[in-house]
Amino acid sequence: MIETHDLSKQFHDFMAVDGVDLSVKEGQILALLGQNGAGKTTTVRMLTALLEPSRGWARVAGYDVMKNGHDVRASVGVLTEHHGLYMRMNALEYLEFFGRVYGLSPSMRKSRRDNLLEYFGLAEAAKRRIGEYSKGMRQKLALARAMMHDPGVLLLDEPTSAMDPESARLVRDEIARLKSSSRTIVLCSHNLTEVEALADMIAIIYRGRILLQGTLEELKQKALGLPEYTIQFAGAWDAGRLELPKGAELLEKTATSLKVRVEAPREVNPQILKILSSQSAPVMAFQEEARTLEQVYLKIMADAKGSMYVQ
Amino acid sequence: MFNKLQPMWLVSMRELRDQFRDWRVLAPMVVLTLGFPFLMNVFANQTVDFLNQFGASLIVERFVPFSVMIIGFFPITVSLVVALESFVGEKERGTIEPLLNAPFDDWQLYFAKLLVGAITPLIASYLATGLYLVMIHREGIALPAPVLLFQLLLLTTAHAVLMVSAAIVISAQSTSVKAANLLASFIVIPVAILMQGEAVMLFWGNEDVIWMAIAGVTIISLLLIRVGIAHFQREFLLGREIDVLNLKWMWDTFWSNFRGGAQSVGAWYRKVFAPAFRRTLPAVFLVVLVTGVSVWMGYDWVQTNVSDVLANAPAEEVERLKENFRELPDLAVLRGQINAPFLFFNNTRAVALMLLAGLFSFSVLGILIYMVNIALIGGLYAMLALLGMPAAEIYLAGVLPHGILEIPALLFGGAAVLYVGAGIVTPQVGKSMGEVVIELLADWAKIFIGLILPLLAAAALIETYVTPGILVWALGG
Repeated sequence: MIETHDLSKQFHDFMAVDGVDLSVKEGQILALLGQNGAGKTTTVRMLTALLEPSRGWARVAGYDVMKNGHDVRASVGVLTEHHGLYMRMNALEYLEFFGRVYGLSPSMRKSRRDNLLEYFGLAEAAKRRIGEYSKGMRQKLALARAMMHDPGVLLLDEPTSAMDPESARLVRDEIARLKSSSRTIVLCSHNLTEVEALADMIAIIYRGRILLQGTLEELKQKALGLPEYTIQFAGAWDAGRLELPKGAELLEKTATSLKVRVEAPREVNPQILKILSSQSAPVMAFQEEARTLEQVYLKIMADAKGSMYVQ
Repeated sequence: MFNKLQPMWLVSMRELRDQFRDWRVLAPMVVLTLGFPFLMNVFANQTVDFLNQFGASLIVERFVPFSVMIIGFFPITVSLVVALESFVGEKERGTIEPLLNAPFDDWQLYFAKLLVGAITPLIASYLATGLYLVMIHREGIALPAPVLLFQLLLLTTAHAVLMVSAAIVISAQSTSVKAANLLASFIVIPVAILMQGEAVMLFWGNEDVIWMAIAGVTIISLLLIRVGIAHFQREFLLGREIDVLNLKWMWDTFWSNFRGGAQSVGAWYRKVFAPAFRRTLPAVFLVVLVTGVSVWMGYDWVQTNVSDVLANAPAEEVERLKENFRELPDLAVLRGQINAPFLFFNNTRAVALMLLAGLFSFSVLGILIYMVNIALIGGLYAMLALLGMPAAEIYLAGVLPHGILEIPALLFGGAAVLYVGAGIVTPQVGKSMGEVVIELLADWAKIFIGLILPLLAAAALIETYVTPGILVWALGG
């Protein structure tokens, strides 16, 4: 649904995006992570045919962004950094307007509009001027606008940034539902917990270049190395005679625990358990050392900047 | 076609509804639309009473159309705010991006803004004019003739479209509402000057000239719309870099285009000047045609209008005029009156003036200045012929020696202005309007410095030191 190759954008002598290759399939969520000004918005704007790439190409929903800008825009729903709401309109008028802009039939407009307002808890405030809405309500309405024409591709910039936890949860659920109904989503966010929960693929962009991309597991492995596991025993156990299988490395040994690094956990971990079980080890817990996306992100950024502020 | 127009209509109607919910737009419009006609009516009554005391009925008769034009103009100036902030206002409020992300073509968005920008001032303008006409009718003051009234209606519409289309261009190219409002003086002041000219025409009472004014304003409006669409790019509307007045960048862009990397004058002529000259060739051919037409128009105008004047003029006046022309081949007089630097400066100024006038009118005014200058050649020839003088000989001896260089110099000047004007209204993808204008100006400068100045310098020297001698030799004896 979204594919780019060598996608680049130069503004005079400033390279805003440099050689971005992305591939997001139907039903996948790609999270684009990076600092402010890293090139996320420029990338999204190229994907919506707002900016013309200086180099490379991009296809969105089957259309070339340079040749079929009109079709690209018709197939994409975008939540922008600025929500772009008309303050003198009410929510009903606003969604009705965009429904008409995207060519929806009157009945479709009504049903989409009512459903979205209901889902996002805006039905009661639907006839109030948008200017009177809270920040969170405005963000929900902007998201409703992006979804109004039920697009196959959604490009969402900070979809929950101004929301209370309850509303944010509502939006996350909706994004997950959209994913399960085969929508392709690009999510730009600084909320790493949200990204961890939602994204299938993650791309980290720095100064216009993709530093790293892949699944969360791949990123963890690339940035932080092989996964590490702690094996906790119910009491003291002598591990002196223990022979680990190939692909596992013993890092630390105490009377009540072991710490191992594993190359291919799917294959190796069951073997370790089998060995421990055969030696009647009183295994109480076998768990992966916690490695969050935040650690991955900070490590990659630190490496990129050449600084060592990450512990 | 209807499907293509529908999105445009949608955007226009939404914005129109928004405007009518904004008291800051509504209040001045209502006051001007409803209040100004009353004021003008009172003023008209006072003026009519005053003029009637002196039996100046003709001025009274012409005053009413003038008032109608003014009444129609004022609501347009206030409503201009709407057009001025059409794009840049949305950009500042952050509402432009969802609109740009919507499946509109550029022209649909542009025309939607143009439509909504023009509807409000036109409604206000027509209302105010109608109200004023009703008032003066009730006062017993004669209404203008239907044709004149129709002309005034068209003129008001043309003014509105002209101002709104210029405002939309400014709005699409500005980065803040404040900057757009400041730039609005570039609309209001020229239009106010234009209206002074139109007021003179109304008092003169020549219908044909008013038609020409309507046609002229309409042409400029269409060119402005063309410019707006040609340079409307979603990318530059969102870009951050266009809000910076970067003089260094402007100069660097101009200089790199002008110099083109040439290391010597010869290389510059070969590699930089020659391609620029080739680019202006279509304009040169067009200006050659314009030259022919202008010469003929000057000749024809003098033949048509001056022959009657001469026929009815007293014989001694005509004789004195002939004497003046006969005194021309006096070398001492001629050498005292002309000098090369003066001639060179004068002609250079004319070419520069053509560019300046052309820049603000997409070459229309620049070409008009050229036409007037060239028409003088035909007009003078006709005048000499009417006075029974040897026009052909005088031209061969007094114009040809330096004219062979001076006229082509002016012609290339006209062509360069036409080239710049055409370039401004031509879409150029991937370039901002500023870049396009700077590149065009660099091309103009290449023609001006590389060709026109040398021709004018040589022409001025010939006109000072050679032409008078030939003229005396040919005719003085």
